[in-house]
Amino acid sequence: MAVPTSSPVDLSAALVLGPTTFADWLVILPVAWCFAIGALLVMLRRPIGLHSIIAVAGLAGLVLIDALLLGHVATKGPVTMVMGRWLPPFGIAFTADLTGSLFALVAAIVALAGGIFSLADINDSGRRYGFYPFLMLLMAGVSGAFLTGDVFNLYVWFEVLLISSFGLLVLGSEPEQIDGTVKYGFLNLVATTLFLVATGYLYAVFGTLNMADIARKAEGLRGGAPLTTLTALYVLAFGMKAAAFPVNFWLPASYHTPRVVVSALFAGLLTKVGIYALIRVLVMLFPVEREELSFVMALAGALTMIVGVLGALAQTDFRRILGYLVVSGIGSMLAGIAVGGPGGIGGAIFYALHSMLVMTGLYFAAGIAARLGGDSSIATVSGLYRKNVAFAALTLMLCFAVSGLPPFSGFWPKVMLVKAALDIGAWWLAAALLLAGFCTVIATGRMFLLAYWRDDAAAADETVQLPSAVLAPLAALSLLPLGVGLYPEPLLATIQSAAAGLAEPSAYLNSVFPAGGLQ
Amino acid sequence: MEAWFALLVGIFFTVAVYLMLSKFIIRVLLGVAVLGNAVNLLIFTGGRLTRGVPPVIAGGADALDGPAANALPQALILTAIVISFSFFAFLLVLAWRAYEDLSTDNTDEMRVAEPAKEPMPPLGY
Repeated sequence: MAVPTSSPVDLSAALVLGPTTFADWLVILPVAWCFAIGALLVMLRRPIGLHSIIAVAGLAGLVLIDALLLGHVATKGPVTMVMGRWLPPFGIAFTADLTGSLFALVAAIVALAGGIFSLADINDSGRRYGFYPFLMLLMAGVSGAFLTGDVFNLYVWFEVLLISSFGLLVLGSEPEQIDGTVKYGFLNLVATTLFLVATGYLYAVFGTLNMADIARKAEGLRGGAPLTTLTALYVLAFGMKAAAFPVNFWLPASYHTPRVVVSALFAGLLTKVGIYALIRVLVMLFPVEREELSFVMALAGALTMIVGVLGALAQTDFRRILGYLVVSGIGSMLAGIAVGGPGGIGGAIFYALHSMLVMTGLYFAAGIAARLGGDSSIATVSGLYRKNVAFAALTLMLCFAVSGLPPFSGFWPKVMLVKAALDIGAWWLAAALLLAGFCTVIATGRMFLLAYWRDDAAAADETVQLPSAVLAPLAALSLLPLGVGLYPEPLLATIQSAAAGLAEPSAYLNSVFPAGGLQ
Repeated sequence: MEAWFALLVGIFFTVAVYLMLSKFIIRVLLGVAVLGNAVNLLIFTGGRLTRGVPPVIAGGADALDGPAANALPQALILTAIVISFSFFAFLLVLAWRAYEDLSTDNTDEMRVAEPAKEPMPPLGY
């Protein structure tokens, strides 16, 4: 029996004792908010009429919260909150920095657009089987992954978003969906298990899971520990989540099967979570090892771009074309991460944000086109331009944006990536980027030419009105890239300081360990 | 002790990979289950193996007397077990539904979403 000590225990050695300011709660609020709304929707199982209203309001709230968080982080620097008030590295830390909160904000905007689009896309049976609760839980997982400061916690958020994505993917239970989900489910589970293997080794090497703690301890361990092997495992795991060649096959097998809004959200959000995790781990935690694996990743990136776009050229179905274009875009981001430096990392972040908006918009367009044209194959659908001119114009803008043509948002990250690749002398990587862009123009141009411009001899010459719940999100997701493309300066400046904050994470470390912390 | 466990983990991974390379979904499913356990065992071994040594610091001391197993990896495993079990349950139901709806458990024959021998996309306008 220990003798009771007479002196009071010094709690400040173990706990954060100061009060938490209101602004700091913003770090955890996106996740807590999504979970709260999701739980509310699960409880309201019967009145499904309320689901869409609550979910859209909830997603609008999420956009607001993430915008406030981004504003706070942009002015004050990274913000940290530790669960249970334990001092880091013992408590699980949530740390929002510029990169994380930028991703979270764009993800919330995409989800809000999806929520509005779903009003016209998800029928009562979809609502009864829980589309909206799954959507909110998916957003909880996505936001958590972008804001957490702990590697194992990142794994848990991956699983949260994965299990909600299963629910969304099988919504409807058609044979194609079951088939797609089998491939999606098994391969993604293997990817997250690889992530867990890597994390187990990481803890065995470092004795900590806190990202800031790992970042500052990596230097001392570099000589004696197999950090390159560890990093290679992470590259494989996150590459599989991001659908990089040669571990991309689950994506084109499944993304064209679910409801339109589900595949739009998946294309916008899920692969980008993998890219975000790759950026976080490789750039902030293991920069030296990233350098060593640079060539492998550049090669994988170049192959992903080319294989992806060749796949798109070989398809006839709208959504299957787009699935391959998602893969192709992932290749550009991988190339940026492989090249490194402010241009490469900034380009990868910019491309990821652009791709979130544009790919979601394109999937919306594909869904509308399939509804207007009565089929989803570019071989049979025709004359969409006559049916609705505004819709055709918005689709054309998105096609330009995804191909990287000015004046849309895809142009600037492409410029950054090509320049960064040329700066380190990787001419073949720059050539692959440009070739992939060129082939994307052909793939989307052919889609537009056949489905939109080709005259439909049989159809009557009349325009078809589209409900605003369908047209408004599409317009938002095609005008936003136009705005970014015309006036990229503010976003570019934010992205550059985000990339700088990852390469030199002293502000991040200071936010987790304000007084130098425990050693 | 750790060396024997490392060997065991290796055997688990081998079995898991072998099963997952099968084209029959039920074998893949068993492979996934073994893979989850392989990872749990790996983390468990990584956290040091001791027998009957509670990680309790004696009164007056501020560190453990001798080496004891790290409790944190065991907490990680608990989380991982819950997650991998729920995924296994979901995939089991999914595999059953796939068998019912697609009337095959051979992944080579699951071509509903991506039909074999598709026509070429139109080459002219």
